[in-house]
Amino acid sequence: MNQGATICAAVWLGLIMALAAPAAAGTTGITENVTAQTSAPSLLDRLAERFPPLEINGYVETRAGMRTRNDPDEKGVSVAEATLQLEMFTYTDWADFKFKGDLRTDGVTESVVFDTREAWIFSRPSDNVDIKVGRQVLTWGTGGLVFLNDMFPKDWQSFFIGRDAEYLKAPCNSAKVGLFSHLANVDLVYTPRFEPDRYINGEYISYWSAADGERLGNDDILEVDTPNDWFEDDEFAMRVYRNVNNYELALYGYWGYWKDPKGVNDQGTATFPKLNTYGASVRGQVGPGIGNAEFAYYDSTQSNGGTNADVHNSQMRYVVGYGQEVWANCTLDLQYYVEQMLDYGEYRDRTTTGRPKDEFRHVITVQLSQLFMNQTLTLALDGYCSPSDEDAYLRPSAEYKISDTTVASVGANIFFGNHPETFFGQFSNNSNIYTSIRYSF
Amino acid sequence: MKMKSFLLGTLAFLITLMAALVIASTLLLMEISFAATPAAAANPVPDAGPGVDEIVKRANHAALYQGDTCKGTVALKIVDSQGRVRNRSLNIIRKNNGQDDGDQLYLTYFKAPADVRKMVFLVHKTTEPGQDDSRWLYMPSLDLVKRIAAGDKRTSFAGSDFLYEDISGRNLSEDRHELVDTKSGNFVIRNTPLDPGSVEFSHYVAHVDQKTYLPMLVEYYKPGGQLYRIMEVVKVENVKTDNGNVYPTVTNSMVRNLETGSTTTMTYSDIRYDIPLKDELFGERYLRRPPREVMR
Repeated sequence: MNQGATICAAVWLGLIMALAAPAAAGTTGITENVTAQTSAPSLLDRLAERFPPLEINGYVETRAGMRTRNDPDEKGVSVAEATLQLEMFTYTDWADFKFKGDLRTDGVTESVVFDTREAWIFSRPSDNVDIKVGRQVLTWGTGGLVFLNDMFPKDWQSFFIGRDAEYLKAPCNSAKVGLFSHLANVDLVYTPRFEPDRYINGEYISYWSAADGERLGNDDILEVDTPNDWFEDDEFAMRVYRNVNNYELALYGYWGYWKDPKGVNDQGTATFPKLNTYGASVRGQVGPGIGNAEFAYYDSTQSNGGTNADVHNSQMRYVVGYGQEVWANCTLDLQYYVEQMLDYGEYRDRTTTGRPKDEFRHVITVQLSQLFMNQTLTLALDGYCSPSDEDAYLRPSAEYKISDTTVASVGANIFFGNHPETFFGQFSNNSNIYTSIRYSF
Repeated sequence: MKMKSFLLGTLAFLITLMAALVIASTLLLMEISFAATPAAAANPVPDAGPGVDEIVKRANHAALYQGDTCKGTVALKIVDSQGRVRNRSLNIIRKNNGQDDGDQLYLTYFKAPADVRKMVFLVHKTTEPGQDDSRWLYMPSLDLVKRIAAGDKRTSFAGSDFLYEDISGRNLSEDRHELVDTKSGNFVIRNTPLDPGSVEFSHYVAHVDQKTYLPMLVEYYKPGGQLYRIMEVVKVENVKTDNGNVYPTVTNSMVRNLETGSTTTMTYSDIRYDIPLKDELFGERYLRRPPREVMR
């Protein structure tokens, strides 16, 4: 705990120094800096000249945050880290090559981690084929903040402790093939080894354990048995899509596993049961804004029609949404999301202890953002509210672009809930505020 | 069991697809029935030269529609009232997609600064009255294709003093145009919005070059007659195409906002007209991964 406090103090000190530096630079007049840059080429420029197509970019960032209430299962520090991201890009006549990796010193887990976010080759072998192979971030579907047919890995831990929005998606090692025609386009994604979500396991965020009937945290990291045989425990995802008068229509399929542990084995270890999903979506203009509708059928094949108590039931998921600019520089997106448990009668028959789940989980999501000061200041509020679970999750944030290279932000993750076992209610000890500063190069 | 769920899935597919098509076609019908009223007739000028409508049409063409296709690099330098500098750099490809200076397709690739680097912005611009442009934004760090609702066109483009409407053009049917002078080689045209509540200006005066029809100076006035915003052309260059055409092109222009004291300079370089660009370039495939020549 003391160690954590020391690290947190160090991160804060770094933040303050970083904040002071650009301000000092600002008073001397940035125009001088610009001329200085052009007259004396930096090491990066000289490297770039030597290998013509090599582009190097990245950022350094410090981020610190704390819980707003005492959580007996976690540290008071919710996030305390310094990150160096390095991005390298080059190309030949026939392909593009990209590498992007994070080196992070993490004060919460007291460790240094290296996370490769992207390492891929992209090629267009013919007029109607695109291929991207390697570690990559993948996204499709129309939902904002909720995912129905997007079965690519998410990183809920990063999301809940207030890392940048790009960290909501985790990378996976996959091959993506795009096939294009005038009739329709097809995306095929093969992931040779199952890549689960970076789900909540107690490491950063405490959670409700139904088996133990209590909240657990970093002393009881969830034990899981993850399918991890190459080419055996694989995943396959498909999307067929086309536009009709700028209405985007898509069909989806996925054959793999639940992305977070929705099962348990005889030893009491959490497992990832098999899952196939099928769905469709439409998105396009509705009145002055954009409307979207999507549904997905989650076929939990090992649930045996709801009679297997060790595996989550199948589901239907639905979302309808609408977004528009309400006034200049202000956008509002609203969605209504419903998760329906199938074979609900079987579930109720087998559930004898604890508070049974509802058949329908209703969630309203809000995304509101307003730009100020020539679009240098962004105030945003993202929120989830579930009237059926009586819980909510709010993410207010403010981000200020000090210059073209430096961005400072402050925000919060606030969880409310009347019951300790609902999706957001279980996290109510984890409400936190955070602040960050990032310098990009 | 397998079979049952597969059939269920397939059935659900088909139902949704049908529903989507029904919704889409209903919306289309609604849009057609909401077709806007035609623009107010302009006053013909008794001069021997072209009438004001003809001048405005040619100026609109010169500013936005020269060449069937165009590609170039835009650099924006924003200097605020305290002398702080911000820079933006982007590549744009454009294709005319309609008759008579109508619909256009734009694909924009951001090169700098860091927070927008490698983002791609796709616009299907429409000049149909009562219809909105379709816009998409691709964010590479999330691999996310975001659909952007059509917004107020009188807002800043990329945080600069240029407005979205300065870049994409203002619909000719939205203003009443009057030719007020023909001095010093320019047509001077006063433009008054037909819907004053939709914009922040009471009127604007455009000085259009009589040879090239390029708007060289545009002055915007607040209600009460106060000048508050000036767009002026600093440099025009003749750009030759491979097929021998010559297009006079604005390569340097400046917007001054007299209210905020902020100034933005736009330089336009590496311009090429009438290059072959397929329609497919302006769809999701190339939004997620633009053609290489656009990224350089």
